[in-house]
Amino acid sequence: MSLLSFCEWLENTPGSIALHESTWGYPLVESVHVLALCLFLGLAVMLDLRLLGLTMRRVAVSEVAGRLLPWTVAGFAVMIVSGALLFYGIPVRTYRNIFFRIKVVLLVLSGLNAWVFHSTVYRKVGQWDLQPVPPKRARVAGALSLLFWSGIVVAGRMIAYNWFDQNP
Amino acid sequence: MSLLPLFGWFDSSAVGEAIRESTWLFPVIEAFHLLGLAVIGGAILLVDLRLLGLGLRRQPVDQIARYAQPWLIGSLLAMLGSGFLLFTSEAVKCYYHDAFRIKMTSLFLAIVFTFTVRRKVTMAEPGRVGPLWSKIVAVVSVTLWSGVGIGGRWIGFS
Repeated sequence: MSLLSFCEWLENTPGSIALHESTWGYPLVESVHVLALCLFLGLAVMLDLRLLGLTMRRVAVSEVAGRLLPWTVAGFAVMIVSGALLFYGIPVRTYRNIFFRIKVVLLVLSGLNAWVFHSTVYRKVGQWDLQPVPPKRARVAGALSLLFWSGIVVAGRMIAYNWFDQNP
Repeated sequence: MSLLPLFGWFDSSAVGEAIRESTWLFPVIEAFHLLGLAVIGGAILLVDLRLLGLGLRRQPVDQIARYAQPWLIGSLLAMLGSGFLLFTSEAVKCYYHDAFRIKMTSLFLAIVFTFTVRRKVTMAEPGRVGPLWSKIVAVVSVTLWSGVGIGGRWIGFS
């Protein structure tokens, strides 16, 4: 079964049709998705800025990460659920959309970046926890995170437009 | 006095027209507006969570507020600038849209509250403001700014 035929099947399920045709449901999910951006990305940006040495320079990196991560994880869960619902309501059109595909690629890249950061330089955070400007590898992780997430936000907004739709 | 002629003037200004007639400009400015939303959301929540006794609660409130301040002001200016450009491209539509009125009212109240009451409470010496008042200020702040965000999203639904 190809991805496209899966999307076509999904589009004809009763739940997808109901969400797609609802007057308030879809806009409501969209609003939740946009506003949860503040909770998830807003606090993730603050952590990235700390990694870059641009804010909270006298607060330990592990404290910023430890105290903010539960909120970003909660925000991320809301983003994933609401985002999945947005896809579920309009699967085929979204699948064909180039910006959606770019967004998925960037999401994977940002996940990889976070994984590399946590499994390498962050393991030794004790050695640089209180440095106002963290070591280069931590700064690179912060910068890449900001870059990928900016791309994700911009691509996400552009899904509303059908320029360059793909046809496979 | 009605503001309609003023809104009409923005609508027919060269800038408004250029944004309206371009395919790319409106979405690009709006994407920028969204990036600003993430930063302003973070700068506000960082402090409001702290006022609620959550988040970075081992740091003094005034310290966190000082760290967040340049990001709050910077992102607010970016939001106001990009928001104004979006507005000029559809000013007359905004005039008739309840969501726009809700957003502008919330925005006015949020800015006034943030730079008066909230500023005083966050910059006060530790211990001078009780935990209950701090929490009330945080809840009012989150509520007002959420009104701005929800109103903003709803301008797009017509």
